[in-house]
Amino acid sequence: MTPPPGITVEDVTVEREGHKALTDVTFEVGPGTLMGVVGPNGAGKSTLFDAVAGLLLISRGRILLHGTDAQKGGLAYVPQRDSINWSLPATVLDVVTMGRFRSAGWFRPLRKQDREMVRACLCRVGMWERRSSLMTELSGGQRQRAFIARALAQEASIVLLDEAFSGVDVGAQEGIVGVLQSLRDEGRVVLLATHDLTNLAQRFDQVLCINGHVCACGPPEEAFTPEVLEELYGSHGIEFAHDDSERRE
Amino acid sequence: MIDYILEPFQYSFMMRALIVSVLVGIMCPLVGAYVITRGRAFMGDALAHSVLPAVAVAFLLRISPYFAAVPGGVVVAILMGVVSRRTGVREDTSIGIVFAGMFALGLVILSLARNLPVDIEDLLLGQVLGVSRSDVLVSLALAAFVIAGLSIFHRQFVYTTFDPVGAKVVGIRTGIVEYALLTLLALVIIVGIEAAGIVLVMAMLITPAAAGYLLARRFVGMMALGSVVGAVSAVAGLYLSYYANLPSGPAMALVATALFACTAVVKRRASV
Repeated sequence: MTPPPGITVEDVTVEREGHKALTDVTFEVGPGTLMGVVGPNGAGKSTLFDAVAGLLLISRGRILLHGTDAQKGGLAYVPQRDSINWSLPATVLDVVTMGRFRSAGWFRPLRKQDREMVRACLCRVGMWERRSSLMTELSGGQRQRAFIARALAQEASIVLLDEAFSGVDVGAQEGIVGVLQSLRDEGRVVLLATHDLTNLAQRFDQVLCINGHVCACGPPEEAFTPEVLEELYGSHGIEFAHDDSERRE
Repeated sequence: MIDYILEPFQYSFMMRALIVSVLVGIMCPLVGAYVITRGRAFMGDALAHSVLPAVAVAFLLRISPYFAAVPGGVVVAILMGVVSRRTGVREDTSIGIVFAGMFALGLVILSLARNLPVDIEDLLLGQVLGVSRSDVLVSLALAAFVIAGLSIFHRQFVYTTFDPVGAKVVGIRTGIVEYALLTLLALVIIVGIEAAGIVLVMAMLITPAAAGYLLARRFVGMMALGSVVGAVSAVAGLYLSYYANLPSGPAMALVATALFACTAVVKRRASV
């Protein structure tokens, strides 16, 4: 029997403040997929993530996670840097421990296995040694690793990362993609919204190109056609398509 | 020296004042830590001023101000939340509207009423030396309620403060959590008004918690150290009030401000 797809989005339209932020969006992501979501500013990437995470009501269509419309539980969201309140003094350990609150119970003390899980997640992303550091003391890449560890602690089978490479240097991006690929290899669905086309073209299984609607969806070498890139980024997209074809040659 | 320390507390009114002041000193920074990290100091100040109509009505009805101020404060806290969520204006604007309107209403009620058993100045600046035995009992009950509420909702409060989007995704009902925190804030402010008054309760809510923010590395430490600074401010302010014959609310506020200033200087020197 074929396992149910990780995420199914069918004819989804989302209206925000009277205008359509997304129109008739349809795509499917299977288990064990690392998908990049790409599009210009205002294309609806964050809106799509909010809809998949159940943070906003969709006007039309439906979104299924693992074949059901239950929005909570097995999904973890790594938000944009701007939506975190850095005023709250939290250590890496504090943040990753948040990932255990739901399953351990909001009002119960953490069990030994919860603490061991937190430790394992921190070790996996290479952040155990920095567990006592404040989040504000970390680089952009280290912060993303901490949030990925929180998603792991949450035992999420679907991980959404909104602009995960914002403020992260190229070397750190490589490390993050490596961690995300290992999550993919375990059968998790990983969606990452980004502007970094180079990383996508080389490292991701699938890309979803959106600009209010789906422009293309599929493996990067098929989705990144000159026409699609021009629709997304205008003349900058054509330059990337030219550079990309030179790289492949 | 011992006599000097113990002398004020041979009077029962000073013992009652000490209990209420220490409670305020401990409780205010516990909630104040959330107020600071959420950037809601203006909301706290507005809430303190907005309970004035409820307090005024309580005096008119000759009942304990707590009986009107507690539900009044909770209603105002919820009203501010509703106004900021449901109107198109910025949150600080809607808070300012409710704040000014309610405070003006309170002043009008007080000015129209005659033979009130309270001085307006005491309401605005606090008069902890005048608290009754029943006031102490109500303060203790409210303190227990607030500490229980903070303990029960601690994880939700921290999660929604740090990562409001992630909190929604894991299923926290952030609207309810917000109202719960506003309710606890209203209760703390009402007890705080007893000690520091409507105008200066902010000094107990914000200043010790801000000192805790400078001293502690983690949020729980910030709450704990803030409470220590708050309790020290309350007790030292009470002594200052007794020996220097100063009004108790301003004395506590001044001590809290001085402790914050010392903390800031020490922290700055340590980081150079």
